[in-house]
Amino acid sequence: MSSNSNPSIHIRRSPLGRAKGLGAAKAGSAHWWAERVSSVALIPLTLYAIFSVVALGHADAAGVAAYMALPWNAVLFIAFAVTLYHHIGLGLTVVIEDYVRPEAQRITLTFIVKAGVILLGLLSVISILKLAL
Amino acid sequence: MAEFKLPANSTIGEGKTYKAPAGAKRVKAFKVYRWNPDDGKNPVMDTYEIDLDKCGPMVLDAIVKIKNEIDSTLTFRRSCREGICGSCAMNIDGANTLACLKPIDDVKGDVSIHPLPHMPVVKDLVPDLSQPYAQYRSIEPWLQAETAPPPDAERLQSKEERAELDGLWECILCFCCSTSCPSYWWNGDRYLGPAVLMAAYRWIADSRDEATGKRLDALEDPFKLYRCHTIMNCTQTCPKGLNPAKAIGKVKQMMLERQG
Repeated sequence: MSSNSNPSIHIRRSPLGRAKGLGAAKAGSAHWWAERVSSVALIPLTLYAIFSVVALGHADAAGVAAYMALPWNAVLFIAFAVTLYHHIGLGLTVVIEDYVRPEAQRITLTFIVKAGVILLGLLSVISILKLAL
Repeated sequence: MAEFKLPANSTIGEGKTYKAPAGAKRVKAFKVYRWNPDDGKNPVMDTYEIDLDKCGPMVLDAIVKIKNEIDSTLTFRRSCREGICGSCAMNIDGANTLACLKPIDDVKGDVSIHPLPHMPVVKDLVPDLSQPYAQYRSIEPWLQAETAPPPDAERLQSKEERAELDGLWECILCFCCSTSCPSYWWNGDRYLGPAVLMAAYRWIADSRDEATGKRLDALEDPFKLYRCHTIMNCTQTCPKGLNPAKAIGKVKQMMLERQG
């Protein structure tokens, strides 16, 4: 903001030109829908994960490995991890889009979030596979 | 980052107080935002005490009375005084509404009046609405069809098709909704806002319009449309009782539908 005593105009582009901006990105719906689908999918998957952890409460390492060696347990845990990190990535991206400016900072942070959830997701999947196989 | 604090030259100070005339029985204080672009000072809240026995029932009656009888420098927009022109949209008692439709008796205690939030202020209660007007123009709010109209008649709609437009055509573009929306506050330069998105849906829903796909294409954008997080301030504040959030929801639904 310029001070009241020294007004200056930095933008001469017409309001319509600014409103149209760079045009529509032709994206957004898939992101929005994936957020909803992943959040619904996480309801049963989270309940299953909590149930498993409680059930394994007093198991030793061999007991946990034996549990994960059952294919459905490994599949459901991998589904849980992938859906969870996907959902976290989608949600954080929306927060960044809402609040972070300027564009360079926004694009950088979005990249960090995407890289972060992919790495953490891979770490979870490999850890589960290591137990299961 | 988004700005959460007012810039130093926008912080609001205490202004003048205009006392009610002696002998007034039902006195109500109106605290009104004042800012003059020409004097280089910060905005202030002036207090005007009004005798309600000598004033009409609506908030607009009170500010017209202030301008006519107490302080002619008070600046605001008004025209029809019956809720159809949308000129007197302002923030009254913490909520955006039309001053002409807001009964003074609805407000407990003092009546605080500000311009529509988060818009540049031209003077006092007059916001600069160039941005939302341009955004409205950008969605091409007119009928577009390749089929020629019948040579000697209107384009026909069934009663059901016409009913699709109810709750949409009544919008008077006062922008109470857009300026109540936090997403529009933070990202108004790219997010179209509830008023404009409802106007876009009004044409998407029109059975006579043949540009539906093009209209959806123009909204398929993380910022133009998907900054709506269903906060619902728009629907809560609409002085005409319309539901922009529902119209935006319908647009999102159609985006999904066309992907099969």
